[in-house]
Amino acid sequence: MRLLRIVPDDTNFDFMRFRRISFPISAILSIVALVAFMTVGLNFGIDFKGGTLLEVRYPNATLNIADVRSRLESLDLGEVQIQEIGSEGEVLIRVAQQPGGEQAQQAVVGKVRAALGEGVEYRRVEVVGPRVSQELLSYGIVGLMLAVFCILIYLWFRFEWQFALGASIANFHDIVLTIGFMAIFQIDFDLTSVAALLTILGYSLNDTIVIYDRIREMLRRYKKMPTDELLNQSINSTLSRSVITHVTVTLALLALVLFGGRAIHSFSITMMFGVVLVGTYTSIFIASPLLIYLGVSTRALAEKAEKDAQNAANSKAERLAP
Amino acid sequence: MLYFSKWKALAIAVFSGIICLMILPSVLPPATYDSLPSVLQRKIVLGLDLQGGSYIVLQVEAGDLRKARLEHLRDDARRVLRDAKVGYSGLAIQGDSVQVRVREGQDADAALTQLRTLAMPLGGALASTGQLDTDVSRSGDVITLTPTAAGIQSRTIQAVSQSIEIIRKRIDQLGTTEPSIQRQGSDRIQVQVPGLQDPSRLKALLGQTAQLTFRLVDTTMSAQQALQGRPPAGTDVLYSEDQPPVPYLIEQRVLVAGEDLVDAQPSFDPTTREPVVTFRFNTNGARRFAEATQANVGRPFAIILDNKVISAPVIREPILGGSGQISGNFSVQQANDLSILLRAGALPVPLQVVEERTVGPGLGADSIRAGIIASLVGAGAVALFMVATYGLFGVIAVIAVAINVGMIFGVLAMLGATLTLPGIAGVVLTVGIAVDSNVLIYERIREEARAGRSAISAIDAGFTRALATILDSNITTFIAAAVLFYIGSGPVRGFAITFGIGIMTTVFTAFTLTRLMVAMWVRWRRPQRVPI
Repeated sequence: MRLLRIVPDDTNFDFMRFRRISFPISAILSIVALVAFMTVGLNFGIDFKGGTLLEVRYPNATLNIADVRSRLESLDLGEVQIQEIGSEGEVLIRVAQQPGGEQAQQAVVGKVRAALGEGVEYRRVEVVGPRVSQELLSYGIVGLMLAVFCILIYLWFRFEWQFALGASIANFHDIVLTIGFMAIFQIDFDLTSVAALLTILGYSLNDTIVIYDRIREMLRRYKKMPTDELLNQSINSTLSRSVITHVTVTLALLALVLFGGRAIHSFSITMMFGVVLVGTYTSIFIASPLLIYLGVSTRALAEKAEKDAQNAANSKAERLAP
Repeated sequence: MLYFSKWKALAIAVFSGIICLMILPSVLPPATYDSLPSVLQRKIVLGLDLQGGSYIVLQVEAGDLRKARLEHLRDDARRVLRDAKVGYSGLAIQGDSVQVRVREGQDADAALTQLRTLAMPLGGALASTGQLDTDVSRSGDVITLTPTAAGIQSRTIQAVSQSIEIIRKRIDQLGTTEPSIQRQGSDRIQVQVPGLQDPSRLKALLGQTAQLTFRLVDTTMSAQQALQGRPPAGTDVLYSEDQPPVPYLIEQRVLVAGEDLVDAQPSFDPTTREPVVTFRFNTNGARRFAEATQANVGRPFAIILDNKVISAPVIREPILGGSGQISGNFSVQQANDLSILLRAGALPVPLQVVEERTVGPGLGADSIRAGIIASLVGAGAVALFMVATYGLFGVIAVIAVAINVGMIFGVLAMLGATLTLPGIAGVVLTVGIAVDSNVLIYERIREEARAGRSAISAIDAGFTRALATILDSNITTFIAAAVLFYIGSGPVRGFAITFGIGIMTTVFTAFTLTRLMVAMWVRWRRPQRVPI
């Protein structure tokens, strides 16, 4: 049986030279993402904004969206979004946070139920009060920062600081692009989005570390090789793995996007963007070339190794001294 | 890297097998499950987003609690000063403390000594930390009593514990299966009730304090007059639940309160056929109610629930038997719910709903279906791709991943963890990432073979070198999952759990099962060249 081989064995693409294209592209995309974030802003879901969300179904094609709209508008609840979803008479109703504290939010569901009347299936009802939404938002932000911090510490222990810094910059780039994507396409930003961001973070790092591991190994083995060439070889020799893993993760995510249901749709779409489009690109085209600028070089490493050896010899000598 | 002793191989196989078998209790029929020994009674719980149900977070209002505490303190101060026969004036709540003016000199000293007895040590007499729940100080002729922050805090914690007990009693009456009621932080209660069709009834049951009191109606002036002028000392104007609400002038003095009820049941009034709630007092309550009704024949009294007048009948004859009925234009369900509330008792403080998430059973069933389809399609596509890319080694990878997924569910069951829709997404994603460990190993083996090693040596070196990378890359992902578990709740936490467990089982299978299977194949075939 002939096996599928996506990346030929003798692939030798000059990734380092490509950085003159990939860095500007990433810079432009990051700016676009930041501008979108500042101007359009994220489409905060009720987790972070507070308010009420109802998913209702009208059985047997009895849905009359105009009727629903007029009934709800007569309630005078401020900003109400009504969105038809799916093809089976389902409507998503979002009511903005009401003035007047926690109790006012609770009253909304009762009013909407009364206005829509009998014969409607309530598939989902969520009410998040002002206090909880505030907390969830700060939890989300703290969580993201905590994760980045913990990972940084781990990388710093495990690798040289240049690698830790390179991985962090690459990661930051991933998060910025994903947030920009969510702002441009107005994808619901809620708790599951934070979960998606953290997963993207974890996955992208996972990818970066595989290449960094190889770079470190090559640095130890080929002390005379020019740094450019060494980085190129590291990326090329792990390229087949990057691509194959990329395909498997894409397949898994594609299944989630297509069949996973609406409840996790924004989650799946965000992951698809972050992992499939950004994560792998970053590890190859951003994280690794960055190392050159951060001062990783065969020569620096050789000097350090020499110094380490010297230190070890000195301390040994001291220990032997009576 | 490729040598396994027989015992080690057996240990790996048995361990993986046992973990996978832990799923069994979750899929057994309930009757068989109940007959299992208790050690094995551990199963995966479906999250509310999959089985449908309500998630409600209630919060004790610190402000309400402080207010109640201050009122209590004021009443206690009045009692203590009266008992000590100390003259005082202007006893009132001022902001966050209670103030009272006494005469300078001996009276003031006596008053201070007496009022100091009101300050209780925190944590009770046994576990006292030396801190008091109230600060008592004197400046000139004014004595100030201030509840300390630590005192309010400990009372909040106490109130939450008591509320949890009462809420449990109320919910148990609904007859739902496996409700979960937990403390969340210091001042919140998280209630999860699976499989409830209508959460509004649940919310009504949780949101009411259910403080029931029997008090006399003041007939010296009408409620209207009291509203226009000043209500007489010791009375309040309270309203009924009618539309429009009817005001009543009610004495503050409580004849009997809900604490003295021993039973309450819904029933029908024999003459009007209206739904009513019949109740019975304990001995103490019965005695007090008998005395009060004897002394006030011909006067109306009011039955008050949470400061709303339910009804205000006239006492026609003394009620000596210690039982009675409450009527108030109830529907059958209202009468039912009121008797549930009265039986369970009153909450020590009002609770407020700060978050509610309800998923109907229809959506839950749809989500389960979507989760199963997505998992099967995702796993199937990944498996096909792996076999197409690596042939026999691909099959080994697929077996390893299948056992991996089995182990994820096994660990979930052992932990009694909750499976949510994002949790299923976590499993699907793990499948995508788990094969990465196999890909890393196989690609490394290919590289080593290309570099000129013999087949067996290449396989050995491939494992050695790839495993270090696998460990490194998975630890970072695990950190992200751990943080997510820490900050998340509900469905998101479900994702963090499966994803985190998935990473651990992935590392385990890469280090043991994949290696074992490849080693067995090598021993069997003695390959001359690497087959990938």
